[in-house]
Amino acid sequence: MAPAKRRNVSSVKTTEQSVKTAKIDLNSTVERILESRKNANDVFDIFEILQSEKEKEVVSAVNACNKLFCTLLERKELFVGNLPGEEEGLSGKYSAEEKYRMFMRHRYNSCVEMLLEHLSHELHDVKESALCCLIKFAAGEGQHPLEDLDWSEHYSFPRELIQAVVDRLLSQTTDNSLLISRFQEFLEMEDLRYYVMSSIRNHVGKVMDKNKGAVHPLYQNNVFTLMSNINMPSQESELTNFMVKQEGKHEDWKAAKLSEHKRIFERMWLGFLKYKLPSGMYKKILVILHDSILPYMSKPTLMIDFLTAAYDVGGAISLLALNGLFVLIHQHNLDYPDFYKKLYNLLEPSVFHVKYRARFFHLANVFLSSSHLPVYLVAAFAKRLARLALTAPPTALLIVLPFIYNLIRRHPSCRVLIHRPSAEDVTEPLEDPYLMDEEDPAQCCALESSLWEIKTLQKHYHPDVAKAAMLINTPLPQQEDDIDEALETTPFELMERDLKQSQIKSVPLEFETATQLLKGGGDVLGQHFCLV
Amino acid sequence: MGKPQKKRSLADKVRKTKTSTEIKNNPFEVKINRKKFDILGRKTKHDVGLPGVSRSKAITKRKETLLKEYKQKNKSNKLIDRRFGEYDTKMAPEDKILQRFAMERQRTHEKKDMYNLNEEEELTHYGQSLAEIEKFNDAVNSDDESEEKGLLSAELTASHFGGGGGLLRKKTSGDQQEEEGSQRAKSRQELIEELIQKSKQEKRERQVQKEEAQELTEKLDQEWKSIQALMVKKTPKAERVDTPEEKPKLEEYDMMVRELGFEMKAQPSEKMKTPEELAREEREKLQKLEADRLRRMMGDEVGDSTQSQIHISADDLNDGFILDKDDKKTLSYQDGKWNIGEELEEDKDEEEGESGEEEESDAEEDGEDGEEDDQEEEEEEEEGGNSEEEEEDGHSDLDSEQESENEEGEQEDEEISAQPKKSLTKEEMKAQQEAAKAELPYTFAAPESFSDLKDLLHGHTPDNQRLIVARTQKCNHPSLAVGNKLKLQKLFGFLLEYVGELATRSPPELTTVDKLIPELYGLCQMFPQAACQAMQSVLADAGHSMEEVVEVKGHAGFPTLDMLVYLKVTALLFPTSDFRHPVTTPALLYISQILTKCPVKSLQDLTSGLVLCCLAVEYVSFSKRFLPELINFLSGTLHLAVQDKSSLGYTVVPPFRSSGKYSDLLVLSTSESCKSWSKKSLPLSATQHLELNSDLDRDNHRLMCLSTCLDLVKRCCLLYKDLTSFKHIFQPIKTLLSKHLSAQTLPEPLQELHSQILESISGAPLTCIPLVFEKKKPIPLKLFTPKIVEVLDYGKKRGSSREEKERERLKHKYKKEFKGALREIRKDSRFLASEKLNEVMNRDAERKRKVKELFGSLATQEGEWKALKRKKRK
Repeated sequence: MAPAKRRNVSSVKTTEQSVKTAKIDLNSTVERILESRKNANDVFDIFEILQSEKEKEVVSAVNACNKLFCTLLERKELFVGNLPGEEEGLSGKYSAEEKYRMFMRHRYNSCVEMLLEHLSHELHDVKESALCCLIKFAAGEGQHPLEDLDWSEHYSFPRELIQAVVDRLLSQTTDNSLLISRFQEFLEMEDLRYYVMSSIRNHVGKVMDKNKGAVHPLYQNNVFTLMSNINMPSQESELTNFMVKQEGKHEDWKAAKLSEHKRIFERMWLGFLKYKLPSGMYKKILVILHDSILPYMSKPTLMIDFLTAAYDVGGAISLLALNGLFVLIHQHNLDYPDFYKKLYNLLEPSVFHVKYRARFFHLANVFLSSSHLPVYLVAAFAKRLARLALTAPPTALLIVLPFIYNLIRRHPSCRVLIHRPSAEDVTEPLEDPYLMDEEDPAQCCALESSLWEIKTLQKHYHPDVAKAAMLINTPLPQQEDDIDEALETTPFELMERDLKQSQIKSVPLEFETATQLLKGGGDVLGQHFCLV
Repeated sequence: MGKPQKKRSLADKVRKTKTSTEIKNNPFEVKINRKKFDILGRKTKHDVGLPGVSRSKAITKRKETLLKEYKQKNKSNKLIDRRFGEYDTKMAPEDKILQRFAMERQRTHEKKDMYNLNEEEELTHYGQSLAEIEKFNDAVNSDDESEEKGLLSAELTASHFGGGGGLLRKKTSGDQQEEEGSQRAKSRQELIEELIQKSKQEKRERQVQKEEAQELTEKLDQEWKSIQALMVKKTPKAERVDTPEEKPKLEEYDMMVRELGFEMKAQPSEKMKTPEELAREEREKLQKLEADRLRRMMGDEVGDSTQSQIHISADDLNDGFILDKDDKKTLSYQDGKWNIGEELEEDKDEEEGESGEEEESDAEEDGEDGEEDDQEEEEEEEEGGNSEEEEEDGHSDLDSEQESENEEGEQEDEEISAQPKKSLTKEEMKAQQEAAKAELPYTFAAPESFSDLKDLLHGHTPDNQRLIVARTQKCNHPSLAVGNKLKLQKLFGFLLEYVGELATRSPPELTTVDKLIPELYGLCQMFPQAACQAMQSVLADAGHSMEEVVEVKGHAGFPTLDMLVYLKVTALLFPTSDFRHPVTTPALLYISQILTKCPVKSLQDLTSGLVLCCLAVEYVSFSKRFLPELINFLSGTLHLAVQDKSSLGYTVVPPFRSSGKYSDLLVLSTSESCKSWSKKSLPLSATQHLELNSDLDRDNHRLMCLSTCLDLVKRCCLLYKDLTSFKHIFQPIKTLLSKHLSAQTLPEPLQELHSQILESISGAPLTCIPLVFEKKKPIPLKLFTPKIVEVLDYGKKRGSSREEKERERLKHKYKKEFKGALREIRKDSRFLASEKLNEVMNRDAERKRKVKELFGSLATQEGEWKALKRKKRK
């Protein structure tokens, strides 16, 4: 009702009335059909409404279909087994009862067809109700299978129907993210999820092969949305919520086993990731990779290829790939050659400006926390970070400075970077021996250098940064700084520190009398700009 | 037991007969409390005690109270004293007596015959019936004595002071005796009699005279009253004028006298200062302020380190040079001086503003004085009326009218604002009226809201707006009324808002903003706290909104012109060089935030960015602080001008990108535009709106930006040339300028800048000396100098809070009272016991006596009987 009001306010009354009458009609029609078989032909009336233009009517028709066929499924009034053709069935030598069933089964099939078509309707309400209806059908079919159960190992599940639904959901022309998020609630059901995953894998394989592996942003986005909406259970005991209850040997059913779930989940993702992805997609996947994909894979190491490829892309993607790699290295014994060299080369001025700065520094902190790293490497990292700090905003500086101090604390032989007593007599200034452009940390002569950059930052405009930089004037305290707090500081929080603090103290004022807008402070603005 | 009691009672008896001084002087009565130490200046109450006295006092008290109670014990009968007020302790004894006397009198009166109406109460004086006194008029009055003094006749003295006079008189009397021997015997007695009679007669005469004088004065008074009534009716005005005039005169006089009395003696005034001296003082003050600024710039550590020296060793030289911290007050006074030129005007304003009534009365007086200038007077009245109206309305009417007419045209607007609201019929006045109107009124009510201020300032020229604000400020000076301080504090906020609004208008009215700057500065100097808060809220809002945008989009747009103006105003009002300042630090942070988060998407954006860069350079120009974002932005801007972006030898820092949609923003469309270009200042409004129609215009603007950018780079080079990593900081700019942005493609003036920058970068000396920790001072040996703790209150317990002290005090008091009560109870019971013993003993003695008596009588009986028997025998 409510959407009707919203859409065409001018004709609210008429539509409401028509909807009401249509609803009453539909309800009575459904009841009539269910009452006696004489009225079976009224099904076509419903189908007619189902294909009408008006959204309201369609939705109510969908509901009517839902009611009708669900009841029929329950009553087992639909033909089971291999369905003969329409003409053949009518002409064949079947009993009236069977004929009726056949007729209804045909209607059911055509209804499913129509509903599937409605899944790509332009209106969301229609899509949603069609989807719900189809899932209901699937549940009904699961309970009362339409196929002959002729061997005992068979587990009844409407695979074809699910496959068809998934095919429609993963549209290549429209963005179905809204519908998919609605679909997510059905994915709570274990067996449905299991079959949906395998359907996705099939579909992706089919579509991408057809496209010859070319990037298809819209389609891949749909697939990603659907896949990222899958919440995997973490324990076998959590598998309780099933759509279809199998009568015999439920425990042996694939959909009831976590390992099978994991396997199909893994295959689904690998199947998706083996094709070329749009660049935005990489970031999205990498963001969720470490906590919603890797833990649910049966063999996480299979992700290595993807991750190393991503790590080599450079920039933000590399930063993000670090997280997945870390999980693999940490928990799955991945041996990654030249890892630190690559990490070293990831350090660029943009590191301080990207969105994933906090994540990166958190991981870098973890990687460099090992006390078994060679001194030259640690020194190189410290020096490079210090050099980059010359372009960093204050929030980043408040991370980097304690970071460098922590490195020096963990590796006392790095202390020469801030304290070189042997050079006390050297009074002649010299060139910085550190080579910024050298890619190999072993060759960059960081150990011969000093952290002059931090000395420079002692003149930084922000008092907190300047204070932090002052620490290198004296021996560092033993206690390591906790950088986690600083990781999430936003510039505004930094601003607020000063804005809130001031209330108590008196405020110093400028004593040079201000006379004009553009005067004062060295007159820089006045030289280049005028009032009008 | 009885004995000491007796003794004591005897001692008491003795004591009672003696006076207190006698007791005090008696060494056997006095007990001296021994003191441990003699303390100078301490008054002691209890150094001497009189134990005997106090004991006897206690005993008598017990006898009065306890003993009575004891005797009343177990007795049902009671004697009740029904006399009036007997048990009322609140009444004074005199009152009691008086009351009782009155009641007594009443009772006697009542007892008299109730039908006897003529019965009069007999009045007495000193116990004598007044009626009787009236009969002889010569009764001695108590106040006669006073009148008697000074009347020292020879006889009187002779009679009163017999002594020496007697001898002398005896001689004369001896002579008299010889003359009238018969009278002699009688003479003395008679003389005295005569004397008395004479004096009495004199007295009577005097009394009569006095009465007569009194009668006369009464008569005079009555006569005066009758005349007075007449006088009042006839000339009330004159009198009214006279009487009040007289009084103030008297007061004035009194005041004068008092003033003269209290006036200080003339004191030598301070020497007039020569201009040189004044200049020197000024310079010293400035030097002090400068030193203060430097101290703040060095930051808190320095201050802390000097302050945190807690323990100063005895051999500390104490030569640390510590600057005085308080400069704020002197500043505000300076502000007062700064206003001094206009104080005269201010006074005038006050007078006019304070009372409209006065003005009216003045006007009336004027009218009375001279009637020839009637017209002028009317005019004055008109003017006064108008000005009053304006005061009340706060110009809202006037302005609303203006606003409605505003649409017609700005040119007209000015004229209309100069026109009076009421159009007068008389033409001759019109000109004068207009002249009067064109002048702004001198008083303004402080605006209560931002819209009030807007209304107030609307339609005035920038100069007038400034005047209005200045006058508002003066009319509401905090020293004039209580609430003014708050009003002006609010005014600062409104003014700030107004400035922002002016900047957001299109086209922005920056000249007005420019004019308002001194007012803002003045207000800021008056109320630093309020100004700081207002500015902080502006910055916080801006920062917060930007944060939100950045969170959603990852980047933000450049701020509007009002924010740029605010940032500039911040720099004007507050010192930018402080190590940490509640306003400028966030402002600088905000600038840096914009420079890192706002991608340049148009020439306007770039202009805004360059304005911000200018501001940033201004902020750090004094303190030479390092601002990485500034360098990043400048190098990014230069990068925009690079034509060939294929092979870069440097990295570009966000928000700039090495290649992309907007990365060619400063690339010239034709190289020929270089030739026609000449430098001129860009308007600030270019940050919002640019009208660049042709390629040439666009190129000109580009070159302007480029020149500004290069100039800023040059300034930065100069600013940061002392930094240790100067070379690394300017590395990207150097490669940019030397390899990618060759001087040939630039116009002449820019080529010069170009070469200067390159020179200063490459000419920078090497400054990298390996880092070494600061040499720590060796920790001095601990010296055992005594720790001196200042004790201010002796004998009191220290180191506890107020409540604890109170508790302690109460506890102590309780203990004392408790002990005292115990002692009292003990003494009471001892007293009672002794009383009981006394009673028993008395009873025993009585019994013994009676038994003895009985035995005695028996014995006599026996004796008598025996005697009788003997008699019989005989």
